[in-house]
Amino acid sequence: MESIGVLMTCPPPDPYLVEQLEKRFTLFKFHSIPDKAHFLNSNKASIRAVVGNASAGADAQLIHQLPNLEIVSSFSVGLDKIDLAKCRERGIRVTNTPDVLTDDVADLAIGLMLAVLRRLCQSDRYVRSGQWKRGDFKLTTKFTGKSVGIIGLGRIGLAIAKRAEAFSCPISYHTRTEKSDVKYKYYPSVVELAANCQILVVACALTEETRHIINREVINALGPKGVLINIGRGPHVDEPELVSALVEGRLGGAGLDVFQDEPNVPEELFGLENVVLLPHVGSGTMETRKEMADLVVGNLEAHFLNKPLLTPVL
Amino acid sequence: MGVNVTDSDKTQEEEQQDLPKVVLFRPPPAFSLIGEESFASNKFHFLKTYDSQLPLDQFLSTHSHSIKAILSSGGAPVNADILQLLPEVGVVVTTSAGLNQIDIPECRRRGIKIANSGNVYSADVADLAVGLLIDVLRKVSAGDRYVRQGLWAAKGNYPLGSKLSGKRAGIVGLGNIGYEVAKRLEAFGCFVSYNSRKKKPYVSYPFYHDVCELAANCDALIICCGLSDETRHMINKQVLSALGKEGVIVNIGRGAIIDEKEMVRCLMQGEIAGAGLDVFENEPNVPQEFFAMDNVVLSPHRAVFTPESLKDLSQLVVGNLEAFLSNKPLLTEYVDSE
Repeated sequence: MESIGVLMTCPPPDPYLVEQLEKRFTLFKFHSIPDKAHFLNSNKASIRAVVGNASAGADAQLIHQLPNLEIVSSFSVGLDKIDLAKCRERGIRVTNTPDVLTDDVADLAIGLMLAVLRRLCQSDRYVRSGQWKRGDFKLTTKFTGKSVGIIGLGRIGLAIAKRAEAFSCPISYHTRTEKSDVKYKYYPSVVELAANCQILVVACALTEETRHIINREVINALGPKGVLINIGRGPHVDEPELVSALVEGRLGGAGLDVFQDEPNVPEELFGLENVVLLPHVGSGTMETRKEMADLVVGNLEAHFLNKPLLTPVL
Repeated sequence: MGVNVTDSDKTQEEEQQDLPKVVLFRPPPAFSLIGEESFASNKFHFLKTYDSQLPLDQFLSTHSHSIKAILSSGGAPVNADILQLLPEVGVVVTTSAGLNQIDIPECRRRGIKIANSGNVYSADVADLAVGLLIDVLRKVSAGDRYVRQGLWAAKGNYPLGSKLSGKRAGIVGLGNIGYEVAKRLEAFGCFVSYNSRKKKPYVSYPFYHDVCELAANCDALIICCGLSDETRHMINKQVLSALGKEGVIVNIGRGAIIDEKEMVRCLMQGEIAGAGLDVFENEPNVPQEFFAMDNVVLSPHRAVFTPESLKDLSQLVVGNLEAFLSNKPLLTEYVDSE
C-alpha cells in the first residue's frame, strides 16, 4: 500500500499516528508545505485519502482538487471540518473516532466543573505565589448537588450525565427531539435549559444549526451564578458575547476547552479567576490518542483492502 | 417610656451569664467565613480564651464552674492539661473534620463525649479529591497556566495527560469521605480498592490489609483517613516505591500522613508520576520544590470551605451543643470504630 498517497490536512496531531501512517502509506503533511497549490497540482493523482482532525479536514474546495479521493478519515469524533454533502455527492467514505474518546471528554467536562466551582487553578496559583503564608484562601462553591444541564445527549452527553449523577447533580438536557428512553428532564429550548440549571454543558455536534447555540440570550438566562462548560467546538459559542458577559459579571464562570480561533484565546479572559482555559485537550491522553490513531489507520487499511470500515459515518 | 435601657441591657447580660458556657481556644475559620451569628443560640454563650488577656490556665480556672462544653477547631489541642482545668465539661464539639487535636483516650477516661462534623463535609472533601485527581492526570491547572501565559499560540499543543477512566483507585481509609470518593470514582469507570484498619463488612471493593500492597495494586492512591499515631508517616518510602513511576497520590487527609520529604524526593526523581495535595506537614509552608513542578497540584487546605457546607456545619454544631445541654443524644457522636 506504500504507493497510496494520504494527505494529512491538519498539523500533525500525534507522532504515533504519523509513524503508523508512514509505515503503510506515502504521507504528505499539507500543513508544512509552502506552495500548496503547486503541490496539489503535482500530486493530486496519487492522493486517495485525507486524514484530518478538529482543526482541519476536507472542505469542498479541497475535495474538488482531489479527483482520486476515496476516503476521509478524521482523527476526531467531530465532523464539522468535513464537507459531508460533497463527500456524499462524490461517493467518498468518511470515518471518525467515536467511543474511544468518550470517557476522556466526559472526565474533562467534570474536571472543568470542579476546577471552576472549587477554583482549583486559582488556589494552586495562590499557593505557588506564596500568598497562603499571608492568609487563607476564600470560600468556593460546592459542586455536589448543583443542577447540570446538557446540550446534546449523545455518547459524550450521556457519559457526562452518568458522572454528574454520582455527585447527586440533578440532570436536565436539550436535544432536537426529546429522548423517550431517558429519565432526565427535557427542555425544548436551550434558553429554558439555561434558565433552569446552574451548570450548562455543550456536548452536541457542531452543525449549521448549532453554531452560536450559546448566544447572549442563553448566557443571560444562565446568569451571574451560572457556569458554562464547553467541550464541544469553539463556534458553538458567540465568543465576544461570552467574554463580555464574564468580564461584566453577567455570567458566573466558564470552563473552556475549545475556542473560536484556536490556538488564540481572548486575552481578556487571562485575568479572570472564574474561568478555566484549556488548550483543546478533551481527548488528550496517551491512551486515547493511541486508540484514535489505531482507528484512523484501521479504517484506512480496511478501505484499501476492501473490508468493512470500522467506524464509518458515510 | 420609663424603660431604663441600661437596666434591660444588664438583665440581658445577666441572663447570658447564667447560660452554660462553651469555651473556644481559637476562632474557628467558619466564624469569619460565614459569620458568628450562624452559631448563635439562646441555650449557651461562647467564652473565648483568645479574647482575654489572662493566661489560659487562669482564665479557665476562673470560669471552670460554668464551662460545660468545648468548641474545638483544628490546631488548638484538647489534651489532659486543658481538661484537668475544666471538670464540668461533658462534651467536645468540633468544627473541624479531623479529630487529631483531641486526646480521645483522655476524653473517654473522663466520660467526655465527642461530637464530630458527621457528614457535613464529606461531599465537599470527596469533590476536591476527585477534582485534584482529574487535575493531576489531565493537567488542568498546568494547562490553564500554559494558555494564560500565551504558550498555546507560541509553542503549540500541550503534552498529553493520562486517562482517568479505567484506572485503579486505591482509597486509604474508607470512612464517610473515602466512601464518597469511591462512589464518585466508580462513575468514571475506575476500579476501587481500599485499605482500612479493618475490612468493612458490607463493602464489595477489594480490601488490602497492607497499605503497601494497596499501593502496588493501584494507579492512584487517595488518602482519606484521619491522622493518628498509627497513620503518621504511613505513606513512606516503601509505599511510594510500591505506587511506582506511573502512580499518582492525592491527599485530602492530613499532611503528616505522608512522609513529605520522601514524597518530594520521589517526585523530583520521577519515582512517582504526580500528586494532588490539599494538606501539608507544616502549613501554610509548602516545599519549595513543588513550585517548579507541573505534575503537582497544590490546594491551600480548603477542602471543606464552601458556604453550603459551613452553613450545614453551623446548624450541626448548634444542634449538638443544644442536644447535649438538654440531655438529649448528640446528633453526631463520634464513636471509635474499633
